[in-house]
Amino acid sequence: MKPKGSKNSFTAEVINEMSLKLPSLSVNEGMARAAVAAFCAQLDPEATELADIKCAVSEAVTNCIVHGYRNTIGIIYITVKLCREGIVRIDIRDKGCGIEDVKQARQPLYTTDAENERSGMGFTVMESFCDKVRVYSACGRGTTVTLFKRLRGR
Amino acid sequence: MAKNNCRLQVHCEDGVLEATLGGELDHHGAVAVRTLIDAEICRLKPHKTVLDLAALDFMDSSGLGLIMGRYALMQKNGGELCVRDPNERIVKIFRLAGLERMVKVEYGGKEKEK
Repeated sequence: MKPKGSKNSFTAEVINEMSLKLPSLSVNEGMARAAVAAFCAQLDPEATELADIKCAVSEAVTNCIVHGYRNTIGIIYITVKLCREGIVRIDIRDKGCGIEDVKQARQPLYTTDAENERSGMGFTVMESFCDKVRVYSACGRGTTVTLFKRLRGR
Repeated sequence: MAKNNCRLQVHCEDGVLEATLGGELDHHGAVAVRTLIDAEICRLKPHKTVLDLAALDFMDSSGLGLIMGRYALMQKNGGELCVRDPNERIVKIFRLAGLERMVKVEYGGKEKEK
């Protein structure tokens, strides 16, 4: 019997998990998305699903580097949980400056860093490529982005 | 300087600057790519710049910023910008930002090199 409410709530029994800790150097963006994708591969996702995950992780990690730890180097904490029913949960956390207005930050094309050609599409990409995106942020304390993806290609 | 996963080759002929990108374009790679392409645009003053993305395997929203920035620069110089042969994944990201309404996208402009 499936746990109650599991269809929409993205809560299912965790079967495997990993965590990763990286300094917020831009060279680690490629490493972070490749590591998460390699771990998720054991759920046998379709190529497009894996590409979605890679891109969403790249956006979240870039946000930690460009915004959370702007002008400083801090640690980015990534945890990936592979759950029953093909659910993947990825938490990407920084202890940086935090987001003052999360609702505004999630608007397409909104950016606080136009001079460095940030497109303001990071959250929009995450939302389009994942089934659910949760953002917790506190000014001066940091931000946690949680990406949920249900793999269908199984 | 740390290794860049994004390869770039620039070639100019008859006032058309072709920048061929390959590998993975993210925030880390975009900085160096932007600097090089802009230097060439300023030096050679092309009337058209083509960003060839046929060999680009990965791009995130940093690529959107790169394309929109080069588009603005070419407009300022009275020229045009065109994107060639983006893969399906990249087109998906273009659509999110409505980029294909702004920048010309062409396909099959030349033989693909991988």
